[in-house]
Amino acid sequence: MVQPLDYLEESPSQTAGPYVHIGCTPNFVGIEGIYDQDLGLAPFPDDAPGERITVTGTVYDGTGTALRDVLIETWQAGADGTFGPGAQGWCRMPSDLETGEFVLNTVKPGATGKQAPHISLWIVARGINIGLQTRMYFEGDDHSADPLLNRLEHQNRRGTLIARDTGNGTYRFDIRLQGEGETVFLDL
Amino acid sequence: MSLLPRNRNAHPPAYAPGYKSSVPRSPSKALISGVATASEQTGPMFGHEVLGERDNNLILNFTGQPAIGERIIVHGRVLDEYRRPVPGALLEIWQANAGGRYRHKKDSYLAPLDPNFGGCGRTITGEDGSYEFLTIRPGAYPWPNGPNDWRPMHIHFSVFGHSFGQRLITQMYFEGDPLIARCPIVNTIPDKSVVDRLVAPLDMTRALPLDCLAYKFDIVLRGQRQTMFENKPEGM
Ligand SMILES: [Fe+2]
Repeated sequence: MVQPLDYLEESPSQTAGPYVHIGCTPNFVGIEGIYDQDLGLAPFPDDAPGERITVTGTVYDGTGTALRDVLIETWQAGADGTFGPGAQGWCRMPSDLETGEFVLNTVKPGATGKQAPHISLWIVARGINIGLQTRMYFEGDDHSADPLLNRLEHQNRRGTLIARDTGNGTYRFDIRLQGEGETVFLDL
Repeated sequence: MSLLPRNRNAHPPAYAPGYKSSVPRSPSKALISGVATASEQTGPMFGHEVLGERDNNLILNFTGQPAIGERIIVHGRVLDEYRRPVPGALLEIWQANAGGRYRHKKDSYLAPLDPNFGGCGRTITGEDGSYEFLTIRPGAYPWPNGPNDWRPMHIHFSVFGHSFGQRLITQMYFEGDPLIARCPIVNTIPDKSVVDRLVAPLDMTRALPLDCLAYKFDIVLRGQRQTMFENKPEGM
């Protein structure tokens, strides 16, 4: 016998279910008066330094149907490549309840070390048993030294992590949960 | 500091066909694993200034008039895998009312809405990682999956630690509920001993005489390894 390793193990995940908005964005679904406003409406104050960008996208399931009940959280460095302070750099986006489109208004993050500018995403919804981690990089940036992109075994999937530049500070980033063009999901 | 890797075997798999919604929403390709970088080690921190006075009181926080149902305290601690308390962790909860109905336009269950129950609450853990909610026991409810599937009584928890890589959503169940073992969502977790970690025991030491019962629910987040001997992966 040996001494026991009396560590704990992370609590198991359970799906966020169809009513995640009640808990995370109650005002968005008409439950008003409990919280002044939903958390994470914007990642940065209006006067934060850096290039303002707008990213729009849709999350699709394996049948090609848009998820209209998905909640996405983003976390990113500011233009100078540093995180915070506080909750600065974090945003919470429920997709549009009719179309499934999400819109992120933010500043373009700076590079952090060798990592090219990117935004981390965490995706939860009904049918997603454990929150999905992925990243959004930006078309037009130098990704040649990025450790994560370079270690992808299937380089033909790299494009699923890169937002398409649609001009004037706008980008398009669609997420495919399953099947053709399936987004690369991470375990970091 | 670095985050311990997630033990994916102690979580539900993405594809769990007994829970039909997971079938088209589960990635089919392997996750790309790696060491957590600054983007996962850091995370948003929330100050107590975001909280309102009644945010953790679901009995009163919707209209100020009391919600209908069995009054309960739900309390516990947020710890990491090294048993260290996680102070300053934002917890957000949501639940059905005493009849098993959510205040949501997509919920059309027969049980009526309670005009005094909104269904959400939030709090931030103290220095010892502890938290407390006052709420009503949620009802079980039927849901469209199999021909006659019911959710056990449960409270949804969203948890922030200190790192975005610790982000977790889970559900709390109640000791003794016979619907737990029958629930296809519970059963997405392959190992029954892991399910037990989501079942809150009745805690009479915190029940208030002539007022409310109490349930204790501890939550464990991924550990933050701290060692002076760690080599930093290049560029991370
Ligand atoms: Fe639920």
